[in-house]
Amino acid sequence: MSAVLEIEGLRKTYRSRKRGVRHALDGFDMRVEAGQVHGFLGPNGSGKTTTLRTLLGLIKPNGGRMAILGQELPHALPAVAGQVGAIVESPQFFPHFSARDTLGLLAQAGELPKQRVDEVLELVGLRDRAGERVKTYSLGMKQRLAVASALLKNPKLLILDEPANGLDPGGIREMRGLMRELSEAGMTVVLSSHILGEIQLICDSVTIISLGRRVAFGPVDQVLAAHSQGAVRVRLEAVDDLPQAADALSRAGVGVTAEPDHLMLSGVDKPATVSRLLAEQGLYVSELTPVAVDLESVFLELTATAPVPGQHRQVDQSAKVDQTGTAGGWGA
Amino acid sequence: MSLFVTELRRLGKRRVTRLMLVLLVLGLATVATAFSFSSEKLSPVVVAEAEAKANNDYQSAMTDWKRNVAECEAAQARGEKTEERYGPNCGKDYQPQPDMFEAKWYLPYQFDFRAEFPMFIAVFAASVALFGFIVGASFVGAEWNTGGMMNLLLWRPKRLTVLGTKLAALLTTVFGLTVVLGALWTAAFWLIAGQRGSTAKMTAGVWQSIGLDGLRALGMTLLVAAVGFALASLGRHTAMALGAAVGIFAVSEIGIRIAVAVLGVQFGDRYVLSTYAQSWFLKQAELFDYDTCQFSQGACEPATYVVTWQQSAVVFGVALVGAVVAAFWTMRRRDIA
Ligand SMILES: Nc1ncnc2c1ncn2[C@@H]1O[C@H](COP(=O)(O)OP(=O)(O)OP(=O)(O)O)[C@@H](O)[C@H]1O
Ligand SMILES: [Mg+2]
Repeated sequence: MSAVLEIEGLRKTYRSRKRGVRHALDGFDMRVEAGQVHGFLGPNGSGKTTTLRTLLGLIKPNGGRMAILGQELPHALPAVAGQVGAIVESPQFFPHFSARDTLGLLAQAGELPKQRVDEVLELVGLRDRAGERVKTYSLGMKQRLAVASALLKNPKLLILDEPANGLDPGGIREMRGLMRELSEAGMTVVLSSHILGEIQLICDSVTIISLGRRVAFGPVDQVLAAHSQGAVRVRLEAVDDLPQAADALSRAGVGVTAEPDHLMLSGVDKPATVSRLLAEQGLYVSELTPVAVDLESVFLELTATAPVPGQHRQVDQSAKVDQTGTAGGWGA
Repeated sequence: MSLFVTELRRLGKRRVTRLMLVLLVLGLATVATAFSFSSEKLSPVVVAEAEAKANNDYQSAMTDWKRNVAECEAAQARGEKTEERYGPNCGKDYQPQPDMFEAKWYLPYQFDFRAEFPMFIAVFAASVALFGFIVGASFVGAEWNTGGMMNLLLWRPKRLTVLGTKLAALLTTVFGLTVVLGALWTAAFWLIAGQRGSTAKMTAGVWQSIGLDGLRALGMTLLVAAVGFALASLGRHTAMALGAAVGIFAVSEIGIRIAVAVLGVQFGDRYVLSTYAQSWFLKQAELFDYDTCQFSQGACEPATYVVTWQQSAVVFGVALVGAVVAAFWTMRRRDIA
């Protein structure tokens, strides 16, 4: 498979006299294979939009390498721009123009045939309202218009920054179907979203970013597998023995979270080792189940952004990985 | 090319453009119409009327004067003192003269195309320039602050080309409007002059001079539109251009005027922008220094300082190049958020 999108060691540093230096992107890597629907995940302020803006030439990076469709950016951007459709974080449109005018002007600037405008308006469900001024649109209608503008070029690579923002449930499901159709038709889609259930349903692979660095990447099932392997639920015949078991397991290097009537273990290679360890202590296991995790819990674990009772997590409080930590494989 | 056509279309579709165009046309039409009523053709009848009126006034002044002299002499004959009431020598020295009652002072105002149309070119240019400034500033300013610029750059990721094309579309529009409206404006005043004024002495040389005035007016409208565009693009907001315009006006017309007055700078107005605008339209602006007058030696001949239109061209050229280069420079360098 060939990479449609490659990013290596991308850096973007914002400097401000008052607030000092902020590394929005700090050696970020990303790779998207052709024909995939790729999820781009990360907590607020982790650098998703910054990455996409940089890719699209709106921001100048401070370092790193980027390529789209095998062409180096930003040098080759004018050449590939015709094959990249993008929306970046709820794009704004000129409020006094209608959707049809807005798309018509874009199509003309891009030398596309006029009927393409009606095709995409139909596609995103705005056909009957296309003559009205954008100012009068609801949030979701504006978002649909944004998606329409990205689809207008019939691009090879479609980049959507939070396209589901403001869509109704029907709209979200429709979007899911649309993504699938587009990808079946050979389009590569990069999708940033916070709706992880959605990502899990649509995406073939994901990249997870935290504080400007990649913390995990790979096919969705592999990322999930990498992080569910170790998760095991243990119940004992006698609840009173739980503290002793927890003690023994953590001494053996297993991550233990005590729950009222069971233990949650992490970092377990083979469940058999657990039963052996406990048997050595004379403790008898009544249940030992590997737990299937969903993308949401993997995300929260990897980015360390799971809510902690009694604490208010601030933005920028998320996992910080070493540069070398991400070098191989999926899952940091 | 498609981008250029697109931008022309976008500019034409904008509400600001349409609204300002309506206001501009209405304003110019109002000026022309109102002015046409104030001018009256000097037909032989009107001239004869004025001559009769002048002669009439002269005659009645003569009658008054003669009666006064007669009264005075009668009083003197009675041995009364007349100095105070009738002046020395019974006011005989003050006989009314015919040249004190010239017929032309009794004529109504008549528009003289040759002498007065250049001033109306300036009025026209100022109106179109204001239009160009507002439309130019809002054309790019609104694009910046509604995110339209970003959208467009996703399609055409060549920043300088995009900004340059927008500027070209604006200047083309202003150019077209200036030419079309200018022709109508000239036709309107030519008509007024023909119907209710005078088109006398319109030699080829005069037409040529009016043509040159028109060219300078065109230059001014394009320049102001480009500066408005550049300022709004620099500030990424329409209001930035309008604010800068108000600021420049305040500093130049009020601040500098006060400063040079306080410092006692000779010909302080040569540092004021409007002097250069004036000299641009009238080919030169003359500044006088009345402090150098020696009233004791008869008529005042103040020292003068002349600002030529070439000097204006340099001043405005520098301003234009500065603003446009700065706008393109920041377009190249700055992130687009
Ligand atoms: N113009 C700017 N000046 C200074 N800092 C900026 C600027 N733009 C973005 N940042 C910072 O860069 C970091 C990354 O922002 P970015 O918009 O990429 O986050 P994101 O991943 O898209 O977040 P979200 O999920 O909230 O959309 C943030 O800390 C943000 O504050
Ligand atoms: Mg974002």
